[in-house]
Amino acid sequence: MTLKTIASQKALLGSKAASCVELTNDTLQSLEKNKGLNVFISICEEHAIAQATNADRLIETKQNSSLTGIPIAHKDLFCTKGVKTTCASKILENFVSPYDATIVENLNNTGTITVGKTNMDEFAMGSSNESSFFGPVDNPWDSSRVPGGSSGGSAAAVAANLVAIATGSDTGGSIRQPASFCNVVGVKPSYGRCSRYGMVAYASSLDQAGIFSHTVEDAAIALNAMAGFDTKDSTSVQIAKPDFTTTLNNPLKGLRIGLPKEYFTDGLDNEVASIVQDAIKQYEQLGASVKEISLPNSKLAIPCYYVIAPAEASSNLSRFDGVRYGYRAEEYTDLESMYVNSRTAGFGNEVKRRIMIGAYALSSGYYDAYYAKAQKLRRLISNDFTTAFEQCDVIMGPTAPTPAYKKGSKTKDPIEMYLGDIYTIAVNLAGLPAASIPAGFTQSGLPVGLQLISPYMQEARLLNIGHKYQQETDWHTQLPTAFGGES
Amino acid sequence: MSQWETVIGLEIHAQLQTKSKIFSGSSTAYGAEPNTQANSVDIALPGTLPVMNLEAARMAIKFGLAINAQLNLKNVFARKNYFYPDLPKGYQTSQFDLPIVGLGEMPIDIDGKTKVIGVTRAHLEEDAGKSLHENFQGVTGIDLNRAGTPLLEIVSEPDMRSAQEAVAYLKKIHSLVRYLEICDGNMQEGSFRCDANVSVRPKGQEEFGTRAELKNINSFRFVERAIELEVERQIDLIEDGGEVVQETRLYDADKHETRSMRSKEEAHDYRYFPCPDLPPMQLDQAFIDDIKTTLPELPEAKLARFQTEFNLGKGDATTLTQSKDIAHYFEMVAKNSQADSKIVANWMIGDFFANLNKSELDINDSPISTEQFCTLLNRVHDKTLSGKTAKQVFTALWNKEGGVDDIIDKKGLKQITDTGAIEAVVDDVIANCPEQVQQFKDGNDKVIGFLVGQVMQKSKGKANPQIANQLLQEKLK
Repeated sequence: MTLKTIASQKALLGSKAASCVELTNDTLQSLEKNKGLNVFISICEEHAIAQATNADRLIETKQNSSLTGIPIAHKDLFCTKGVKTTCASKILENFVSPYDATIVENLNNTGTITVGKTNMDEFAMGSSNESSFFGPVDNPWDSSRVPGGSSGGSAAAVAANLVAIATGSDTGGSIRQPASFCNVVGVKPSYGRCSRYGMVAYASSLDQAGIFSHTVEDAAIALNAMAGFDTKDSTSVQIAKPDFTTTLNNPLKGLRIGLPKEYFTDGLDNEVASIVQDAIKQYEQLGASVKEISLPNSKLAIPCYYVIAPAEASSNLSRFDGVRYGYRAEEYTDLESMYVNSRTAGFGNEVKRRIMIGAYALSSGYYDAYYAKAQKLRRLISNDFTTAFEQCDVIMGPTAPTPAYKKGSKTKDPIEMYLGDIYTIAVNLAGLPAASIPAGFTQSGLPVGLQLISPYMQEARLLNIGHKYQQETDWHTQLPTAFGGES
Repeated sequence: MSQWETVIGLEIHAQLQTKSKIFSGSSTAYGAEPNTQANSVDIALPGTLPVMNLEAARMAIKFGLAINAQLNLKNVFARKNYFYPDLPKGYQTSQFDLPIVGLGEMPIDIDGKTKVIGVTRAHLEEDAGKSLHENFQGVTGIDLNRAGTPLLEIVSEPDMRSAQEAVAYLKKIHSLVRYLEICDGNMQEGSFRCDANVSVRPKGQEEFGTRAELKNINSFRFVERAIELEVERQIDLIEDGGEVVQETRLYDADKHETRSMRSKEEAHDYRYFPCPDLPPMQLDQAFIDDIKTTLPELPEAKLARFQTEFNLGKGDATTLTQSKDIAHYFEMVAKNSQADSKIVANWMIGDFFANLNKSELDINDSPISTEQFCTLLNRVHDKTLSGKTAKQVFTALWNKEGGVDDIIDKKGLKQITDTGAIEAVVDDVIANCPEQVQQFKDGNDKVIGFLVGQVMQKSKGKANPQIANQLLQEKLK
């Protein structure tokens, strides 16, 4: 089974071995065949064929671009015109957006074919895809385990070789952690690099759109299409966008890698630690030097995030009130009961939990102690990275403290699940670009990812660092046996 | 009543007359079909985001400059969270800790004296939509056209001590925002709304009493009545041994009473926090300086200038500077005609305003242009017209019967100044009024008025009365 990449699919199209319509149909069929994974909430047959038909025309008339004809899956958090966007929630179960998210539009304009909307944790709140209204997603490497979250569906879609690329969002690790659990590349760009317009807001100051792929090269190609200043998003940054592919092969000689000493303490699975150490050694062979650095406020990252994110979410989710769109309860007696009944039935438990935490943190008498305090701590955490980057060019470490865990094993205690975000969460607080790349497997065959963190707006370098590793290793080419891999 | 002191603070919401909304590109035009001026951002579809319309900031700064206020070059938008169907996002984007305009002042005139009312702050926020409770058979209709229209919320210090002072302050702010062309001040359409915070305290007490907030007052007259009603209610309540409760009360103009709308138990915790979708606004001094150059002459300065430049009394000057358009009209006529400015003032404040009011016309829709007015007054000045015939021409002009000179010709209103012609009429009158002639000769000077009147009548008002008077005097010496 060929590993699906942009290049492999372009080769098919270029050699006329398949037309875009045929390639899309093929993809749609494999989506249907693998419905048991529960990766997709919506499959867009009609829409995809229409896009593919148009793509064939573009290729014929030589108006094609870097991604013309390439099937893509979008996390069901991104608005797609004419196709349902549910955010894996009952409250948006039948919602169809009249407009496309900017990153969707950008990818459409570069020629991608949307084959489906992927499953996720409800409203992007979760780390295991278990809070979805549409049920959990199977990790393609072990169906009894979680794929990670919140972008579990997109990670699994690529991991199961159904698509070469899939979009995700990352607020506290929701791209990187599933990438690590599923043996795929997951990239979260700098805050402000990609437009948030049309990406349903969870935590506005932390959310970022990103990409899953098998190869770093594919991530670079996709990011080229996705990223860019958007006047419709006031937090979008007007900064020059390099071509992320041109510097992929730059040599790594002289690269200074920083390893945060706070990341290698208890709580970190031994096998994960060992795999990460091996990856570091690989980088040394490529000419990099390694030094221990410190991110002293690391311990504060999780409490800081779990005040700020729910606070913003509690406000962002107020628009889901059953008045103008979305689910409205069938029975109510007055305005208040309409609100209460609609939102009680419409939201799942984790969403409700975070709305309540957020409202509490912002409430009169508690704002200073929680929200204001958390924002101050956020500055300290961000400063830690700025200081660290004076001594190194990239920070590396494990993406997650463990490999993928069993479904249901962390759902009893939310805090336990939150603690799994320990390595990814600080990055969002600082707005930095980061990625997880496949770095190996545990004894029992579970994938483990290596996290790379770069200074602000240095995605090109980040991708270069990841790409060079993939030229020396083949972890990223391996597929689960159930999906075409060798055992 | 005299042992009590009234304390009033006003909160004014002025709709800024930007072409599009404060955070979206939708039109702000009034009167459109419901929900035709609300786009994805306005109706808060999932994934939508706000983008600042800088024109709203310009207008806010204009206001700040005009009231000599502290300007906060860095200012921040905050979310005010609460649920209501006409608030699509479930929060209103407003300003809390750092408003764009800080402390300023607005002087008012009370009984000939000037009192300075403090303005605590003025901040930008978005308006909510409209909830229509009638006409929908038991449900409420929501019109989101208004949702997202920019508002400038102007908060006064609790410096007013009577309904009269409150109305004076309100009128000053109303006039100012129209002068600055940042708000059309239409209280009926809701583009200029006023809430009053009213409390009483025993004279001499420093501590403020508990205040009630009065809402739904959409005219100057209602503001005065509502406040007076509320003061009376509070005093009666306290004197009967009760306590004033902090609450919102609606003014009912028909029933002439205020009704409690919300009690303290339902008071909202708005959970204000800086809006993460909008970076802090950072204006620079160049931006402010540019706006300074575009400021019109403000009402205060114009009032002073009209008194000195045109030699007008304060009363007349106030009337003529009540709006920029009226002041402009006056100036055009005063400067471009040969008439004395006081005469121009009399004409405008008299006949002209009377007609405008009767026809319910704004001065911009006057059937008489400034050019025509100048010509009319010039014809009086050069004695082509007398005071009386001028009024006839004025009426004809108002009815759009043509130009000044056309009307004079057509109606034959040209004042007779030919001494010979008038002399003939004078002789005629002397011959036909022997009684009065004799009275005059006997020393009754006042009867000359009757004789002049006769000359005017016989000449159908066209004789120059001064010449007639002169001739009569000479002939009857």
